[in-house]
Amino acid sequence: MTQPAAPSVATHPDIGAVRAQFPALQTEVHGQEVAYFDNAATAQKPQAVLDRMDRYYRTENANVHRGVHTMSQLATDAYEGARARMASFLGADDTREIIFTRGTTEAINLVASTFGNGLSIGDEIIVSEMEHHSNIVPWQLLSERTGVKLRVVPVTDDGELDIEEFRIMLSERTKLVALVHVSNSLGTVNPVRRIIADARGMGIPVLLDGAQAVPHGPVDVKDLDVDFYCLSSHKMFGPTGVGVLYGKAEHLEAMPPWQGGGDMIEQVDFAGTTFNEIPHKFEAGTPHIAGVIGMGAAADYLEALGWDFIASREQDLLEYGTSRLASIKGLRIIGTAPKKAAVISFLLGNAHPYDVGSVLDRLGIAVRTGHHCTQPLMKRFGIPGTVRASFAFYNTREEIDRLAAGLERAAGMLS
Amino acid sequence: MNTLTDRASDLVSEFEIFDDWMDRYQYVIDLGKELEPLDEAFRTNEYRIHGCQSQVWLQPGEANGTVHFKADSDAQITKGLIAILLRVVNDAPAAEVASADLAFLDRLELKEHLSPTRKNGLDAMIKQIRLYAGALAARSASSN
Repeated sequence: MTQPAAPSVATHPDIGAVRAQFPALQTEVHGQEVAYFDNAATAQKPQAVLDRMDRYYRTENANVHRGVHTMSQLATDAYEGARARMASFLGADDTREIIFTRGTTEAINLVASTFGNGLSIGDEIIVSEMEHHSNIVPWQLLSERTGVKLRVVPVTDDGELDIEEFRIMLSERTKLVALVHVSNSLGTVNPVRRIIADARGMGIPVLLDGAQAVPHGPVDVKDLDVDFYCLSSHKMFGPTGVGVLYGKAEHLEAMPPWQGGGDMIEQVDFAGTTFNEIPHKFEAGTPHIAGVIGMGAAADYLEALGWDFIASREQDLLEYGTSRLASIKGLRIIGTAPKKAAVISFLLGNAHPYDVGSVLDRLGIAVRTGHHCTQPLMKRFGIPGTVRASFAFYNTREEIDRLAAGLERAAGMLS
Repeated sequence: MNTLTDRASDLVSEFEIFDDWMDRYQYVIDLGKELEPLDEAFRTNEYRIHGCQSQVWLQPGEANGTVHFKADSDAQITKGLIAILLRVVNDAPAAEVASADLAFLDRLELKEHLSPTRKNGLDAMIKQIRLYAGALAARSASSN
């Protein structure tokens, strides 16, 4: 995620018009228009994405890579077009490096079950204390299978990776560094460029969990020189159930297939089966065609809206939200790294996050409560969980005012 | 002594006073504050009800064939819901509690306003209360 240049005011779309493109933002919750602050869990979908998926089902629906008939060709063109779209979205110049998965979780599991299976006792994988469970558990399962050891980079009190510790951990035993690009719980933007440079210097491949990075800014895998990059469509305003594993072709070609089935084979014979080329080698069975096409439409949407616009909105919301929330008596923000995505995790006095979330819900305000699938990180901060408000470009200062007023009310009730 | 149904009806009337949902929440929270404290020895994993996002511990007790539970939670709304439940079942005959449908919670119009995870937690709590009561009822029946 690179920092875009300062936005020019002239390119700014009207926020009311932007919000109108997201039908779910008009949903009423307990009699009020929802203030949706759970974007890090899943983002709302613009009309353009809904329309594109609807059009596929209405006019192009056919299986891909199989038929000679026209509709199958249409579907295949749309599906493969989305692959090219996601390649350009990520700055990859080879479409074979884009593998469609069910999401970030499956992308990481794919790497763990193929690349990872080549590892053995004595090898190490470096993860961090701020990882989502999806970037911990696949490696733990791999560890059980192969004896590979997990090393865990600690997190500072501000919620940053301890880079010095990371450097000390790197060794000839390290076979993969698997880290989160942007923390889902704290919003911390990790210094991935430095991390990759350090690992690259020792010839160690790097996997980044980009689920929380791609909704907020442009990612260029070539420029980053990252080996694997994983993302989920639904967090970048696309449909659920689909995502991308980007992998350098040299790795993907060397990796064994994972799931077996249709589309991933070249020839099947009981005497022995040969496998398809990448990317198809890793895409067994009929894929989520509509989802893939919808994800491509989400990439179109984001780039048309413009990263400058997105970055300036989110920066404003983060700054405004942080100052509004910090002024609430007894509110403690967890995660205060200088480089943060638009996420504010906090505790309200001694109130349980669950109680706070329940009161806010009654006021039509959607936040996430709990451990955010990062239990080791919560343990590190000595807390059971947090309340998390995660912003998207379509949120407004007025909604943050509602959140602040709701929190004042909750504080009164729960004191 | 009031029957379970009478006690439940009383609660339903109490909740009908409130028009505003926030007031109802506040009342639930306040009921939780009056909950009889749990004996610390029971604040262990063994007595924890699983299925709740917040932590809940349930301490069973009995006297002359009636049940008497104590409980606690780290979340106040959850604690209030436990207080409501215990106000109905505590000191009632075990056999009656074991077979009670506890549908009064629906009449408080609380259940449908609870998040699914909280609803699951509440269901887990009710199930555990019934299990204890059932075991106690079976024991006193066999000793008679």
